[in-house]
Order: sequence, then structure tokens, then C-alpha cells
Amino acid sequence: MSQELIRLTNLVMEFDGERVLDSINLYINDKEFLTLLGPSGCGKTTTLRVIGGFLTPTSGDVLFDGKRINDVPAYKRKINTVFQRYALFPHLDVYDNIAFGLRIAKLDEKEIDERVTEMLEIVSLKGFENRKVTSLSGGQQQRVAIARALVNRPKVLLLDEPLGALDLRLRKDMQNELKRIQQAMGITFIYVTHDQEEALTMSDTIVVMDKGKIQQIGKPEDIYNEPKNAFVADFIGESNILDGVMLEDCKVRFFGRTFACVDKGFEKNEPVDVVIRPEDIDIVEADAGHLCGTVTSVTFKGVHYDTIVDFKGFKWLIQTTDYCPEGSYIGIRLNPEDIHIMRKSEYSGMFGDYSSYSAEYDEIADAEGSEDEA
Amino acid sequence: MRRTNRIFTILVFIFLYIPMIVLAVASFNKGKDIAVFQGFTLNQYKELFRDDNLLRLLGNSVIIAVLSMTIATVLGTVAAVGIHSMRGKLRSAVMGLTNIPMTNPDIVTGVSLALLFAFVGVLLRINAVLGFWTLLIAHITFSLPYVILNVMPKLAQMDPNLTEAALDLGCTPVQAFFKVVLHEIMPGIVSGALMAFTMSLDDFVISYFVTGSGFVTLPVEIYSYTKKPIQPKVYAMFTLMFVAILLLMVTMNLLQARDNSRRKKLRKREAYR
Repeated sequence: MSQELIRLTNLVMEFDGERVLDSINLYINDKEFLTLLGPSGCGKTTTLRVIGGFLTPTSGDVLFDGKRINDVPAYKRKINTVFQRYALFPHLDVYDNIAFGLRIAKLDEKEIDERVTEMLEIVSLKGFENRKVTSLSGGQQQRVAIARALVNRPKVLLLDEPLGALDLRLRKDMQNELKRIQQAMGITFIYVTHDQEEALTMSDTIVVMDKGKIQQIGKPEDIYNEPKNAFVADFIGESNILDGVMLEDCKVRFFGRTFACVDKGFEKNEPVDVVIRPEDIDIVEADAGHLCGTVTSVTFKGVHYDTIVDFKGFKWLIQTTDYCPEGSYIGIRLNPEDIHIMRKSEYSGMFGDYSSYSAEYDEIADAEGSEDEA
Repeated sequence: MRRTNRIFTILVFIFLYIPMIVLAVASFNKGKDIAVFQGFTLNQYKELFRDDNLLRLLGNSVIIAVLSMTIATVLGTVAAVGIHSMRGKLRSAVMGLTNIPMTNPDIVTGVSLALLFAFVGVLLRINAVLGFWTLLIAHITFSLPYVILNVMPKLAQMDPNLTEAALDLGCTPVQAFFKVVLHEIMPGIVSGALMAFTMSLDDFVISYFVTGSGFVTLPVEIYSYTKKPIQPKVYAMFTLMFVAILLLMVTMNLLQARDNSRRKKLRKREAYR
């Protein structure tokens, strides 16, 4: 990664006295693919709109290339946006939509033609020049929107849940496509999504947000493997989160047993949250296990089984390719690197319990997540 | 049930359109007697086009209609954009205020405008203040709410991101309006303009109070005819006016239908994805 391009310092945004963004501090490097990830209403879209120039922050600064741009209107920023519902101009055809920004900039038609044609090729829409945008499919409209923004050669491209309206297959294709375009053109992407998988797949850096605050900033691997608090652990992937006590460096006690782990730097006997990822748990014979419990439900998920196991009243989710029938008594083993320790936070105790788990869990979560953000 | 519905609909249509049909038939009638059709003739139309006075009055009406339509449409569109950018409560309050003049009885509007003009005339020491300009101002005043009422829903239906997209691509707010927003709300502007035009063309009550002897529109003049026996050439003129308004209305509906189907298509796409 190279030099810093955008910096947000102590950014606060209030609507009618309600604090939507709370002291956001963030820097974004040139040519970076950065994702703002969080549930509906976490402030990710607001952050994006502040960077785009559609909102003026209540306090704090937006710096671009070291210069303060709080009061620079959107049309003077070297930033372009791909909107959630594309916002293509219905009265213009594909070509004129893409050429729109260049015509405003008063480039000569020859250069416009070259750049639009080049863009159409990049987004694989050659031959669609004269089609009405209303006659295009969702995926095609999406690509027109991307082309319309990129043709202006912005330094930064903002994308507000651009794949939200597409079906799963198309979304996967577009994820790869976007990543390819970003690398080919060397443009900074700031991407907003509530889809953690999308964020993990595409990003160089992920910023996890909730309630208007940044919860964690890091590379996808770090965010997944070393979540900072229960919110992040739960939002990124599935997690079993337990109460524990850190006895000393690399020694944690939970469920009445002491386990070896790899985390250090906690106080002696500090209460902590313990995260165990469902896919890290090895199922063994009952007598060989660190812990033993009864399987209460099994759901086939294709690649693996979602197995819910009751350990003394606390239900864990285990993802395994070994089928354990409901009612069977099994043991599990935990290796030191399977255990991740987090400091207690305001989110402790709110997540990571699978007592109310059901097969519809995912669908409900998806339905909530796809709702529009304020 | 379905059959009774159909019969009922036909009855309503007959009830609505029979006066116009009678008028049209009368305009082609050779004889003087309305009750008996004595043969087809275009004489009354010929006579109409030879009557300079009637044509001049029609011209007056059209001039006022076109001018008031144009000005009301521009003002109304600008006003609608302004109202649309207001916040919730203020917006509905202002919308309420613009709607009231529409429900106000014409005679009240007419008399109050006449009083206002007389007052201003005294203030400015103009003797015969009532005439072309007062008529024009009055027509703009009463057609303005119709334009606003037609443009507002189009603004509400518009994806708010469209304006932002235009700004994002380098448009100043004014450019964004002319290059994007205007296209989106055009159907509303057109139907508002057509409405303003027809309202102006057939207004009698308000015009009667706010115009002087110097500039008279067709409806005002024709009202004085009803006291005398009507000349058959007036039937011819009414028939022509009816046909003209009918064409306007059909155009308006076609425009609306086209806009709706476009919107539906877009919606269908969205549902499909």
C-alpha cells in the first residue's frame, strides 16, 4: 500500500440531535480497497455520503490529499459514486449515461467516444451503446453505473451496496469483476456492504461499524481470526462466545476447565470473552474429549453439517463434515490456536449463544440485512 | 351484475356527451330550428371564419391562455421544486396553502382579484386598470396551483439519487436540474401546462370581474350572447373548441399512459431481480 489519500478525523454526524456517526477516525490509502461493513443503521452509508460530499459533517474534518474538503461540494470532488439503486438517467441511453460526466466536463466528442468505448469494453457491455437503460437487467444496469462513474477517472470510487439487488450467482461474478477492475485501473474503492462474506472476499481493509462507531479496522484475516469484541466476532462469521477468566498469559479457564491458548497481555484473572469458531472444533469420542455434550439438532448445509451441541445447558454451534445424529453423546477437542480471547466490551453477553438457533436463522438475518438504510 | 354495470356506464356516457353531440349536430344543420335536422351544411363554419369579431375574441382567449400557461408553468415548476425541498411539516403546510385557491369559489376569487386590482390602480393612479394585464395576472394566479399539483407527484416519484448522481458527475445544482430533474418531471409539467391552458381558455367567472371593455375573451363575450338568440355560427365555434380540448385531453392521457408503462417496466425489472 502506498500513501494516504483520505483521512477522517473525529467525524461526528448528527441528524435532529441524534448521533449517527460518533468520532470516526479513519485513513484510506491510495489504491486501497476498503470496505465499510456493518448492519443496517450502523452509519456506513452516512460515512460514505460524507466522503462523497452529499452530507456536511456536524463536526470533524474530511481530508483529501491532505487538504480539508468539508466545504467542497460534491461536483467539485475527484470522487465518483455508484449508488445503491444505480440512479441511471432513464431519459438517456447506455452510451449517453456513461458519457454524461465527460460532457459536463466539456471534453471533445472524439475523446469522449474513445473513453466511453473503452469503458464499455471493461464492463463487458460492448454493443449495448444505444440500448435504453430501462431495458437492461439488474446486472447490466449495475455495470453501466460502474462505467458511468469510472469513465471520469476518479481518484476514489464510492460504492453503496452496489450488489445488494443482484441474485447470488450474479453477485459472485460481479465481486470478482469489481476486484479485477479496481486492480486494473488502480483506483481507491470505498465499498459499503452489510454482507460479511462480500467484505472478506474483496477487501484489502475492512472497517467494521456499529451504532455509529468503528468497532475494528483490519485486514480480512485479522478481522476474522482476531475479532476485537463480541460484536465483531458475531457479525463476521459464526462464533461461540463464552465467559472466561484469563488466569495468566496463554492460560484461560472456562466451563470449569483450564485451556491452553495463544493470547497474551491480559491482567491476571481478568474476565474475558472467549471466541471459538464453529469450524475449528474437532469432534472426537466422548471419553477422549475436553468437553462432552449431547447433539440437539443437525442441519445439512451442503459443505458441512450445522450441529448444535448442548454443553451443560450452553449450546454451541459446530460446523463439521462428520455426521453426528441427534441425541448422540460426543466429545470435542480444542487446540490452543482454536481459542481466541477478547476483552470484555459493551457487547459481552449479547451474542454467541446458539440456544435459540434454528434453521431459519440465516434467512431472518438476511431479510433484516437487506432492508434499506436510513 | 356485469351487464348492469355496462349499461350503467353507457348511460353515464350518453348523459355526459349528449349535449356535445346535440351541439355538433346543430352546427351542421341547414335549418334554423334546433329540433329538426334539415340537412348537412358547412355554411355555419364558413360564416364563423368570416366573422372577424368572433375570431378576434377567440384570438384574445388563445393569447391569454398561451401566455398564462407559459408563465404559470415556469413559476409553478420552480415553486414545486422549492416546496419539494422543504422538510415534512413545512412542506405539507405550504402544499395546503397552494391547494386552497383551487377550492375557492371562482366568484370569490374573481371579486377579490378585482378589488385588489382596483386598489392597486388607485395607489398607482391608473384610471382604467382592468384590462389585458389584470386578466393575465388573474389567469396566472388561478392556474398556478394546478401546475404545482401536477409537478409535485413527479418530484416525489423521482429517485432522489438521480440528482445526487448528477452532482456526483460534476453538475452544478442548476445543471443537475436542467439535465436530469427536468426530464424526469416533464410529464407532470406537460399535464400541468395543458390543464392551465384549458382552465384559462374556458374561464368566465374570474375573467368577467377582472377585465375591462378594452380586452374581452371569448367566454365573456359569449355570455352576453345568451341573452340574445344565439347565432348558429357559435355552435360551429363551440364544436371546434370542444374538439380542440378533446384532442388536448387525449394527448395528455396518452402521455400519462406512456409514462406509467415506462414506470411499470422499471418496477417489473426491479421485482425480477
